[in-house]
Amino acid sequence: MPAVAETIDTVRDVTEGSYKWGFETEVEQDIIPKGLDEDVIRLISAKKNEPEWLLEWRLKAFRAWQGMDEPRWAAVSHPPIDFQGLSYYAAPKQAKAPKSLDEVDPELLRTYEKLGIPLKEQERLAGVAVDAVFDSVSVATTFKDKLAEVGVIFCSFSEAVREHPELVRRYLGSVVPASDNFYAALNSAVFSDGSFVYIPRGVRCPMELSTYFRINARNTGQFERTLIIAEAGSYVSYLEGCTAPMRDENQLHAAVVELVALEEATIKYSTVQNWYPGDAEGRGGIYNFVTKRGACRGAKSKISWTQVETGSAITWKYPSCILQGEGSVGEFYSVAITNNRQQADTGTKMIHLGKDTRSTIVSKGISAGEGQNTYRGLVRIMPKADRARNFTQCDSLLIGDRCGAHTIPYIESRNPTAKVEHEATTSRIAEDQLFYCRQRGLSEEDAVGLIVNGFCREVLAELPMEFAVEAQKLLAISLEGSVG
Amino acid sequence: MDAMLTIEGLTATVDDKPVLKGIDLAVPAGEVHAIMGPNGSGKSTLGYVLAGREGYEVTGGRVTFRGQDLLAMEPEDRAAAGLFLAFQYPVELPGVGNANFLRQALNAIRRKRGEAELDAMQFLKLVRAKMKALGMTEEMLKRFVNVGFSGGEKKRNEILQMSVLEPAFCVLDETDSGLDIDALKIVADGVNALRSPERGMLVITHYQRLLTYIVPDRVHVLVGGRIVRSGGPELALELEEKGYGELQEAA
Repeated sequence: MPAVAETIDTVRDVTEGSYKWGFETEVEQDIIPKGLDEDVIRLISAKKNEPEWLLEWRLKAFRAWQGMDEPRWAAVSHPPIDFQGLSYYAAPKQAKAPKSLDEVDPELLRTYEKLGIPLKEQERLAGVAVDAVFDSVSVATTFKDKLAEVGVIFCSFSEAVREHPELVRRYLGSVVPASDNFYAALNSAVFSDGSFVYIPRGVRCPMELSTYFRINARNTGQFERTLIIAEAGSYVSYLEGCTAPMRDENQLHAAVVELVALEEATIKYSTVQNWYPGDAEGRGGIYNFVTKRGACRGAKSKISWTQVETGSAITWKYPSCILQGEGSVGEFYSVAITNNRQQADTGTKMIHLGKDTRSTIVSKGISAGEGQNTYRGLVRIMPKADRARNFTQCDSLLIGDRCGAHTIPYIESRNPTAKVEHEATTSRIAEDQLFYCRQRGLSEEDAVGLIVNGFCREVLAELPMEFAVEAQKLLAISLEGSVG
Repeated sequence: MDAMLTIEGLTATVDDKPVLKGIDLAVPAGEVHAIMGPNGSGKSTLGYVLAGREGYEVTGGRVTFRGQDLLAMEPEDRAAAGLFLAFQYPVELPGVGNANFLRQALNAIRRKRGEAELDAMQFLKLVRAKMKALGMTEEMLKRFVNVGFSGGEKKRNEILQMSVLEPAFCVLDETDSGLDIDALKIVADGVNALRSPERGMLVITHYQRLLTYIVPDRVHVLVGGRIVRSGGPELALELEEKGYGELQEAA
């Protein structure tokens, strides 16, 4: 497999455990003052020329948020977050909104090039359409015209509010209500931008859609929203990637993703999460508190989540499926790595409402250094979900003896015809495995990369090809220095 | 003429217990030497010390391999220098494809030697030819490394790795253990096919049985961490007859 050779090349290239996406872009920023109150929300809404209904929606969310407490049940610990100490809007200054890539600040284009997302080149070459989100705003979306030919809408969230208000209004908050949880409510109040996707009835989206999130500004949070609607009989594969500069202070990222799949529609949503994880001593890094949920509304619809979580100081994230349509299918494939002082509490919720609904959960947790990795999952079978089926497999891999792996599965079945299976394993990269590989000529790091890639194989196989290679590289880099 | 592998006064401990108590041994290129001995005499330890396994502490002596100080090298560098250890218990690597593993290993060694890496097609061609020569089915390439392999399959997989990596020196650690006579013959044929004037071998075994099929140039008897007797192939037969008892008493 050439992909594994890539992994090895990458490990060789990177000699010191460095986060190579950690640079900062010098652009003039439009940042609003720190703090959060109704005026700030009005300001954000005004900056985006939003309609009144959306401002009202934000304010309602804000009022709900004020009455909520931060969730404390996750197996993560961090100093209290000063929500008044953050700025809730940062955008690169531009005279006017760019109409095409030629009008985008070249400095921003260079940033994405450095990140391996050449927006211009991408437009010409690869079969992937990209929406590039820089701090609070979308700076460019590629391939829009080509997608429009088949009726696919792929644009920034702000543009969707302007151009397709009826769709946004109909679906926004329909899967993750504004007051769903503390971070979702905060996001609903202050979200700045994100991606919007609409696939019309019967259309198979002709290319991969991708959003690349970049946090750049200091002392800001990033709150983006993604909304994907797949009409009956349609198909879309969507991928998000994310990076941030290296900083000593922690930064907050609280996103919301909503997916709606109608009859016989399929949404495949893949994430390669590579936010700055902090340094080896646990200084800095992104707090990634994200709500992702998909609704399989139509019969035989399918939502598949695949995530490779290598970054962030703290990950708190449970991509979920509400299986409402008869015979609908939910899938969750996850690899989560925690190295050094990283903490991850991640998993999924599969809510079976409809008859003959099926869900599959495959979670691979890898802990190294002093990393703490928790799988937390809920499988709930409601009374009407006759013959619902779930299969869950949770595997943990430990590297070293100072890390931890925890598995917390909740299973609630209220239908006697349902079948729920759960398997869990915990293993260690054994000394004999490493020695065996090294005796055959592989370096210790290559050996770890090989064993880890083997461990994650079922999940990596779910990623689109281009991203599987990227993900394998990341796995290797994330585990650098974890052995020996 | 200098031997390919020269061991002088080698002492080693495992968990602070002395296991090797002064080994002297020289294996010239082109020769196959057998190390025989009862359980616990230090046979496997000798193999692991040569390959550089963690936890096998060298406390004295030296090992020169093709003019280099072997003990100063990392395990993967010893492999690149041409030392191969066929494991008594080959290790399972779940999720790691056998073909992929072997190609990674081959290319890692080739890189270290400054040779061009083989691409997937070149590799496949090479490995297919080797498998054919060993009478192995290609199905084995698609499976995960040693996972679910029978005892015989694991040992044959070791021989396949050996024939693909073409090491200058092979240490076979009780390759006969757990094999029925048919499997033993197949493995021995594979080893014999690799005998060449440029290659040295050290065959570690408890029983004479294997040496019927892999006829050694020299036989050394290891008892209590020391080589107590050396001789020609006839020594193996003598041991088969008399057992190790007498030699153990002598040690």
